[in-house]
Amino acid sequence: MGKLVVHQEKVQDIQALIKICPFGAMEEKDGKIEINAACKLCKLCVKKGGGAMEYVEEETGPKVDKSQWKGIAVYVDHVDGRIHPVTYELIGKARELAGKINHPVYAIFMGSNIEKQAEEILHYGVDKVFVCDKKELEAFNIENYTTAFEEFINKVKPSAILVGATPVGRQLAPRVAQRFHTGLTADCTILDMHENTDLVQIRPAFGGNIMAEILTPNNRPQMATVRYKIMDAPKRNDQPSGSIEKLDFASDKFTSRVQVLGITKKPKETSIENADVLVVAGRGLKKKEDLELVKQLAEALDGDVACTRPLVEGGWMDAKCQIGLSGRTVRPKLIITCGVSGAIQFVAGMEHSEQIFAINSDPKASIFKVANYAVVGDLYEIVPKLIEQIKQGRGVA
Amino acid sequence: MEILVCIKQVPGSNKVEVDPVTGVLKRNSADAKMNPYDLFALETGLKLREEYGGNVSVLTMGPPQAKAVLYEAFAMGADKGALITDRKFGGADVLATSYTLSQGIRKFGKFDLIICGLQTTDGDTAQVGPEVSEALNIPCVCNVHKVDKVEDGNIIVDMEMSEDIEKLKVPFPCLITVQKDILEPRLPSYKKKKATADRGIDQYTLNDMEDKDEKHYGLNGSPTQVQRIFPPTSDKVQETWTGTGEELSNKIYEVLKKKKFTA
Repeated sequence: MGKLVVHQEKVQDIQALIKICPFGAMEEKDGKIEINAACKLCKLCVKKGGGAMEYVEEETGPKVDKSQWKGIAVYVDHVDGRIHPVTYELIGKARELAGKINHPVYAIFMGSNIEKQAEEILHYGVDKVFVCDKKELEAFNIENYTTAFEEFINKVKPSAILVGATPVGRQLAPRVAQRFHTGLTADCTILDMHENTDLVQIRPAFGGNIMAEILTPNNRPQMATVRYKIMDAPKRNDQPSGSIEKLDFASDKFTSRVQVLGITKKPKETSIENADVLVVAGRGLKKKEDLELVKQLAEALDGDVACTRPLVEGGWMDAKCQIGLSGRTVRPKLIITCGVSGAIQFVAGMEHSEQIFAINSDPKASIFKVANYAVVGDLYEIVPKLIEQIKQGRGVA
Repeated sequence: MEILVCIKQVPGSNKVEVDPVTGVLKRNSADAKMNPYDLFALETGLKLREEYGGNVSVLTMGPPQAKAVLYEAFAMGADKGALITDRKFGGADVLATSYTLSQGIRKFGKFDLIICGLQTTDGDTAQVGPEVSEALNIPCVCNVHKVDKVEDGNIIVDMEMSEDIEKLKVPFPCLITVQKDILEPRLPSYKKKKATADRGIDQYTLNDMEDKDEKHYGLNGSPTQVQRIFPPTSDKVQETWTGTGEELSNKIYEVLKKKKFTA
């Protein structure tokens, strides 16, 4: 907490000072430096400004008594009692963080008719599951869920709360954070714990090119959301441990003005632009029937099939599946190209994919220039084995 | 129907680099634009106005030059604009930003429906919309991918969840955040741009707000504090593998497993 003070007499070169600010928050007015509303208080100007800029700490109000807030809580994300696996990943992380400061791990489970599912959580190493089982919580409704969350926080006073960055978590967590006037850090990729119970929250900033380390030093509870598949889920223990406690309160606290009219299943997404995983067929495939191989691999990885332009022209696949300048631009988390040479027009449509595996028997194939893993080999030898391994790993072979 | 759309000016490019030696942010601040997600929010507002009548107002917060996005919105058809700007609002995190917006909204007028984009391309949190709704104590629905209709002071919308679509009926006043692709945003009109170039906008500083306590705004009102920024350790590799089909398949499988693409 504090503010920036400009020592005009120490400013040597106004333009040089202005250039230091990455946000363009310094302006020259009548030969003096002024700071405008673009300032993010990153304090770079203090560090690099040769003494012209000073950061002055301000008196802060009474600080929160951190010893009154104990435990790491995980929000149990679910729809109709089907628990989202991000919940277990967060319990695993909470366990690790709690171990560093000797705190308990809690789960907060709210919904309707969920008692049975609550028992399942006891297999993942929590000390207590708080269950709020009410018919008003049957379908997700942000106001009623916030009410239940508020009751939980007031009763348990957890030091930190982890929420999965799912469609539900991403709206519920902010609503709760604003109600408690506390900090919330979205989409953390790394979490750690200081001895003084401050949660270290690290997330990509500015579109992922920079990481920011964030603390919530004067407020409790500390809140963070984490996306699915970022943390490691613990192994399920055969023996349950910990206990279940009912979280009950008068139903007239539910004052939601939102009415849920109905819930329908979402139709399966088929556009390759929205796919997280793509397996791409190229001209290295010898005949149309061999597309089956690529399809099976995509299926095994819960992904979709895409292709290069010659396959569309040859009538093997639909134009909707084509990647490249004359097709679609894709940016999946994983892309595996099979027998794709990597023409420049194709590469332009997929080079920003997060993980690129390229299988091609020609070591000089230009696709290898953008591949993270250039796999030099015969797709007819590699792909069938890979499918088999993935199926075995999932226990469905 | 009085509709408010919250918009934000964001950097034109996300290519920010950190100098690995000095730790200084290198940012090309040359081109700023309206947050692309806000175009869908604005289009939703304009469509609702066409169908049900009323006004579409736009509100933004930022440095003085951020008012450019209000004029962009005018060129698309928005009626009224306001800018919240004050150095004292600088360094605000999600809590302080949404609180400041909620104060600005109270000052700006009475609205039946507030529409926000799903998220911004610079902050990327998707949290400001729902936090504003709580600060205003009105209901909110996020991830709206379809507006069904407006009837008797309610709006009926479809909210997209992981696997389901939830249909909700929400009374005014309320806030929704809309997904991209909810509607195709219209292009700005040159004629409208010319006609609105001189249109006045409201500007609010701390002194205009109902709550004038500096402690609730900017860095002072922000519970989260950035300790440091650093370049990410890139896990981008470029490896070339050769071997038998089985060896190669094993290697691929191991990496897929490590990166959680398969069990």
